[in-house]
Amino acid sequence: MSWFKRIKTGITTKNKEKKEIPEGLWYKCPECNNVMTSEQHADNEWICSKCEYHEKIGSREYFAIFFDDNAYEEIAADLISGDPLGFIDTKPYDGRIRSTISKTGLKDAMRVAKGEIEEQKAVIACMDFAFIGGSMGSVVGEKFAMGVDEAIHHNCAFICISKSGGARMMEAGYSLMQMAKTSAKLTQLSNHGLPYISILTDPTTGGVTASFAMLGDINIAEPKALIGFAGPRVVKETIGKDLPKGFQSSEFVLEHGFLDYIVSRKEMKKKVALSLRMFAPDFVEVKHSEKQGK
Amino acid sequence: MQIILIQGFAEKLQPMTYLEFEQPLKELNEQIEKLKESEQKNGVDISKAIRDLEKVLKEKTKEIYANLDPWQRVQVSRHPDRPYTLKYIEYITGGHWIELHGDRTVKDDKAMVGGFGLIDNMSVMFIGQQKGDTTKLRQYRNFGMANPEGYRKAMRLMKLAEKFNKPIVTFIDTPGAFPGLEAEERGQGEAIARNLYEMMQLKVPVICIIIGEGASGGALGIGIGDKVLMLENTWYSVISPESCSSILWRNWDHKVTAASALKLTAEDMHDNKLIDGIIKEPLGGAHAHPDEACALVKKEILKQLEKLNRLSPEERVNNRINKFCSMGVVIGK
Ligand SMILES: [Zn+2]
Repeated sequence: MSWFKRIKTGITTKNKEKKEIPEGLWYKCPECNNVMTSEQHADNEWICSKCEYHEKIGSREYFAIFFDDNAYEEIAADLISGDPLGFIDTKPYDGRIRSTISKTGLKDAMRVAKGEIEEQKAVIACMDFAFIGGSMGSVVGEKFAMGVDEAIHHNCAFICISKSGGARMMEAGYSLMQMAKTSAKLTQLSNHGLPYISILTDPTTGGVTASFAMLGDINIAEPKALIGFAGPRVVKETIGKDLPKGFQSSEFVLEHGFLDYIVSRKEMKKKVALSLRMFAPDFVEVKHSEKQGK
Repeated sequence: MQIILIQGFAEKLQPMTYLEFEQPLKELNEQIEKLKESEQKNGVDISKAIRDLEKVLKEKTKEIYANLDPWQRVQVSRHPDRPYTLKYIEYITGGHWIELHGDRTVKDDKAMVGGFGLIDNMSVMFIGQQKGDTTKLRQYRNFGMANPEGYRKAMRLMKLAEKFNKPIVTFIDTPGAFPGLEAEERGQGEAIARNLYEMMQLKVPVICIIIGEGASGGALGIGIGDKVLMLENTWYSVISPESCSSILWRNWDHKVTAASALKLTAEDMHDNKLIDGIIKEPLGGAHAHPDEACALVKKEILKQLEKLNRLSPEERVNNRINKFCSMGVVIGK
């Protein structure tokens, strides 16, 4: 019996099926105009074959990339936002939530799942930019918290893949406090001696950068992702001149000392799995003794 | 440095600044002044008329301040005559405090001040964002917008306090963390994140008081405490009403609506259990009676410290973590 429930039995690992790519569609790279079939693009982990541009992808794709055999069990899948402030801007927030749910098929801007990465247990929280710009509200905070609890419960690593415009304004004070909440949960993870790997993808800004995204035991980024606290437009307005080339790119952030490494999406699983092995010998041993016990 | 001393000790000599909705108060005050002048000049006793008018002024002040809308509160929170962090520290310690400088890495951030001070003979670490009260000082203080080194300086001082088992009081008053180019280079996001993480685990009592503006991560970066309190006429939220308006409505005209929608007042934040308490301001706001405001804050600090000192470090840290972890509203759990 696995430590998690597989959502499907008889899982196929063919990319076409696991990633649910319709046939006969084309992908045109926004950076270099290179054209690939959607299937080729998916097979290449949604990276342009010519210029290596990493297209934005969501939790479904990242789970497929990371979890062995694309097998995982989602945690707290049904949480949705409660609109605690009855927020109305150009439209009511609860309506915005409902229409985004039906448009994207997602419940909020983060999904959390447990599974194995090269046979090492891990809980992965992954943000979905498609859901109101990957903004962080109460649901993101709560799912993150439950993900950390799950990692503690199973004595395994916690990984978060960030992709967010920042805090969700429509939850105002609640959204701000998710920065505190997620940071608090990471102190608990740390007190259990469990590793936290933060993976920053394009874009990671605002309150997410200023909380859990920057708090990894190791911080990793995909190439050429936008990573910053203030958005580039705001910085530009502040300094009153054009921003230097490459400002707030992964490479810039690495150079200034806030990332441990940058890795292509194609190499990411392998390198993260290796990184996990480096943390605690106990992980390998626990796994090993479990196997022997069976 | 000269400029700091002036900032710290100078009493405000400039005439009162009145907000738009305070205009009736301005007129009454001017009438009172006129009566007082004519009394002096003519030697006729009109003290009853003056007293009557002062009563009217008090009633009018009460009336205006009892009915402030959220946007008006935001305006009060930014009132140029409000006491800032150094004023509170000066008053609370009676001048018995030592300012400490620098993050030991890059520089000394003038938008973030701090140091040990005595409050009723107890040594406390005070930290806070500092705004300036003249054009020159406002620039010197970068309008209370700290750079990463400000947050790291704050953390250095907090660790120092923890080492010597001294409680920490932070004063929050910022329009936001500085969104500059060098701030990004030096990791503004990481600096704030680190503070959230470290403050969560500080073994000593931590009290955070929003004394003016509590804008977003820049405020939260020194805002993780056992007790988080807001002064009556302050605001605390994820974004300012102006920026919220410009992002959600694509222009600045909806700041009044945004201020209401964000539920950013002390009362709303307390009702939503996102802060622990409200400190009443003197009638007419902290800017009308700065010393009184400082005295009320001092009283509250002493009261809270007394309670927090009775808990063990473990209890405080657990309570602090649990409090922040309980914040949020979701459906389907
Ligand atoms: Zn390309």
